[in-house]
Amino acid sequence: MSDKSFVRTEMLPELDPPASTVGIVGWMRENLFSSVVNSILTVVSLGFIFYILAGLLPWIFQSEWGATSLTECREIFNEKYGTSHGHACWGVVNDRWLQLLYGFYPDYLYWRVNLALVLTLAALAPILFAEKAPRQMIYLTMAYPFLMPWLLWGGSIWGPICAAAGFVVIFFGYRFVTNIAGSLVGLIVSVLAGIIWWMFIAGTVASGLESVLNIGIEAVESRKFGGFMLALLLGIVAIGCSLPLGILLALGRQSDLLIVKTICVGFIEFIRGVPLITLLFVASLLLNVFLPPGTNFDIILRVMIMMTLFSAAYMAETIRGGLAALPKGQYEGADSLGLNYWQAQRLIIMPQALKISIPGIVSNFIGIFKDTTLVSIIGLFDVIGLSTAIRADTAWNGIYWELFAFIAVLFFIVCFSMSRYSMYLERKLQTGHKR
Amino acid sequence: MTTLTDPPKESFRLSMLIYDTRYRSATIQVVALMGFMLLAAWLISNTLTNLETLGKPISLAFFTEPASYDINQRLLEYDSRDSHLRAAFIGLLNTLVVAVLGCITATILGVLIGVLRLSKNWLVARIMTVYVEMFRNVPVLLWIVLAMAVLIESLPSPRAFRGENPEATMSLFDTVAVTNRGVYIPEALFHNSLGNIHLFGQSSMRFDISLDLVAFLVVLIAGLFVSNKIKQRADKVQEETGERPTTWWQRLAVVFVPIVILLAILGFHLGYPELKGFNFSGGTHMRNSLIALWLALSLYTAAFIAEIVRGGILAISHGQTEAAGALGLRQGRIMSLVVLPQALRVIIPPMISNYLNLTKNSSLAIAVGYMDITGTLGGITMNQTGRELECVVLLMGVYLLISLSISFVMNWYNKRVALVER
Repeated sequence: MSDKSFVRTEMLPELDPPASTVGIVGWMRENLFSSVVNSILTVVSLGFIFYILAGLLPWIFQSEWGATSLTECREIFNEKYGTSHGHACWGVVNDRWLQLLYGFYPDYLYWRVNLALVLTLAALAPILFAEKAPRQMIYLTMAYPFLMPWLLWGGSIWGPICAAAGFVVIFFGYRFVTNIAGSLVGLIVSVLAGIIWWMFIAGTVASGLESVLNIGIEAVESRKFGGFMLALLLGIVAIGCSLPLGILLALGRQSDLLIVKTICVGFIEFIRGVPLITLLFVASLLLNVFLPPGTNFDIILRVMIMMTLFSAAYMAETIRGGLAALPKGQYEGADSLGLNYWQAQRLIIMPQALKISIPGIVSNFIGIFKDTTLVSIIGLFDVIGLSTAIRADTAWNGIYWELFAFIAVLFFIVCFSMSRYSMYLERKLQTGHKR
Repeated sequence: MTTLTDPPKESFRLSMLIYDTRYRSATIQVVALMGFMLLAAWLISNTLTNLETLGKPISLAFFTEPASYDINQRLLEYDSRDSHLRAAFIGLLNTLVVAVLGCITATILGVLIGVLRLSKNWLVARIMTVYVEMFRNVPVLLWIVLAMAVLIESLPSPRAFRGENPEATMSLFDTVAVTNRGVYIPEALFHNSLGNIHLFGQSSMRFDISLDLVAFLVVLIAGLFVSNKIKQRADKVQEETGERPTTWWQRLAVVFVPIVILLAILGFHLGYPELKGFNFSGGTHMRNSLIALWLALSLYTAAFIAEIVRGGILAISHGQTEAAGALGLRQGRIMSLVVLPQALRVIIPPMISNYLNLTKNSSLAIAVGYMDITGTLGGITMNQTGRELECVVLLMGVYLLISLSISFVMNWYNKRVALVER
């Protein structure tokens, strides 16, 4: 027996993993050809993609941008490719894109619409990217609800200023009365004062100021609004107004007060049970019937009201889901701190409930934005209404793919960015509830 | 909320209505109720005054007047001499047809796409993602209008089927004609038909029930019932002896043999569409508007259903799959026996709201001229009679009723499959 033993003194160098498990080959083996079924699926999908692209790419790129009518397009295609089929005639988009975007808005006033859009983005910045935008921008956000309608509809500047003054009245009224008679009385008195200001005083003051000092820009009638701008306008207003209304409705539905609860439940279930079309019928045909004789207000405003109500009912249900998902301990914690109902909602319940329901809220936003196209059915010229009108035009009679592709891309960009933003927000607000 | 149990020491003061939590809720409720009633009264009185000035007080008398317009796609017989009520009824049936067809197709497509989106195959999963994003981010109205435009513009006209060397031919062994006026499919005909039962006499709601269909359904249900019994017996035998008797051929026979016999007795044959003159005749004609609406609604809703299905499957913890694998189940059985039954509980509630949405979206039929209830009651009838208030209110009522029934039925089903907890 010898006591010799073999001990390795040096380590072998590390080898690269087999070529078939790393890099592009490994990835393909793993993801595309891991089994027979998978390989078949891959081949079928490749064939499918090839089929689609083979049809789509020549259609998109072997196209004509300059033509001013479909017949001209077809002549060009016949000359160039020998057939008039299978080529996109983008001339229609080139010819009508301004109309598709702005409707019948006067073309020398397009800058106002553009400015309003820029303002919208600027006003949204402090809300959407709170930590990146400068704090002072919040003043712009506060002025925005009065600035935007003035820019779009035009007219005297005193109207929006007097409307905004109502909030100043409420604010100082609240400060002043609260010092004397307590917060609840202060709230009631100041809100009443605001309502009285808006209903009876604001109009007179505005017309008085206008006769003294007439500052204003050219007024544009509502029936000139149209195109994608109308979708954006309706979408922004419905989204902006429906969130607070939806929160109130959700709180009302969760409330202990039987009558308040019944009213809220009735409203929500009614709105959710009927299609938006019928509500738009109400806006276009009936709203004037429900209001005092002689009232006749703008069709766009009527549509805005109905869309806001519609969206608010859906929003309320989404937020109710968030409220229901909160652990009971959060409510009890708020009570044990001695917070009253509104304080508890504002500081503890709502921030968490809203955070939970972000995906639902954003998909509601996307839904309501897409639903703005329905106004074409009650005769407003939004993008789809305009596309029908363009297709009825003799120059472009028979064109459809190109127009619909353009509209679809417009909506896709806005909706897709909204959904991506919601995912970003979810990640940002992640506070570790997820496993 | 703070609640006092002791009775108040001091006597009641008016300010306690606001400041005392015991009375405050009552005060708020009373104020809310009064506000609500005032608002309602204000709206109603405005409406009555306005309608009086317009000279059309609320009345439903127009329902019995002849509608004098035609409805081309219909389930029951109808002509333009029939009343507005009959037209609305036909429209309602059309709404239900497209809703049911759409829900079935959307579910099948949606489940398929949702499962495929989770596929291990990278390419397949990506294609499904593109599908879902494409349909979710573009308005449904655009899809409907697009589907209609494509059907009208890209399909051959009936004229193209004529002549010695026609440009277009009928598909599926010359049984289905796909034209730009719609799709003609074979219809079921019977040599010795049992006839129809007429319900409700000559009223607007008259309804024909085909006895052939009733007989078919009765035999089918009886067959399924017996087949179910055979399965139960097989289960019992398996539990007692450990061996499962082969029953698939018995079960198939029990369902299909009686049906075949019944069809033979009734003299079943198919009526094929034939080109006559300028158009096809015979067969069942499904109009473009119906197909466009059905197609667009199903494809659109399928994208949403796919996401729900995907979410539901992802919600099932991976441990369940692994445990099932450890028991020796194969991939397909893991899905059907372990994952899907659990995922179903997560999936059903949002699925209900998608069915509701599809039904409500079917009101967009008005954009392509499909005569559903929005097209009849809320469209032509409203325009002809000028009775906006009555028509819109009734329209809303009908949709509300449909929505409530769907959610009632689906919630009942949800309760049935829900986990029984404490």
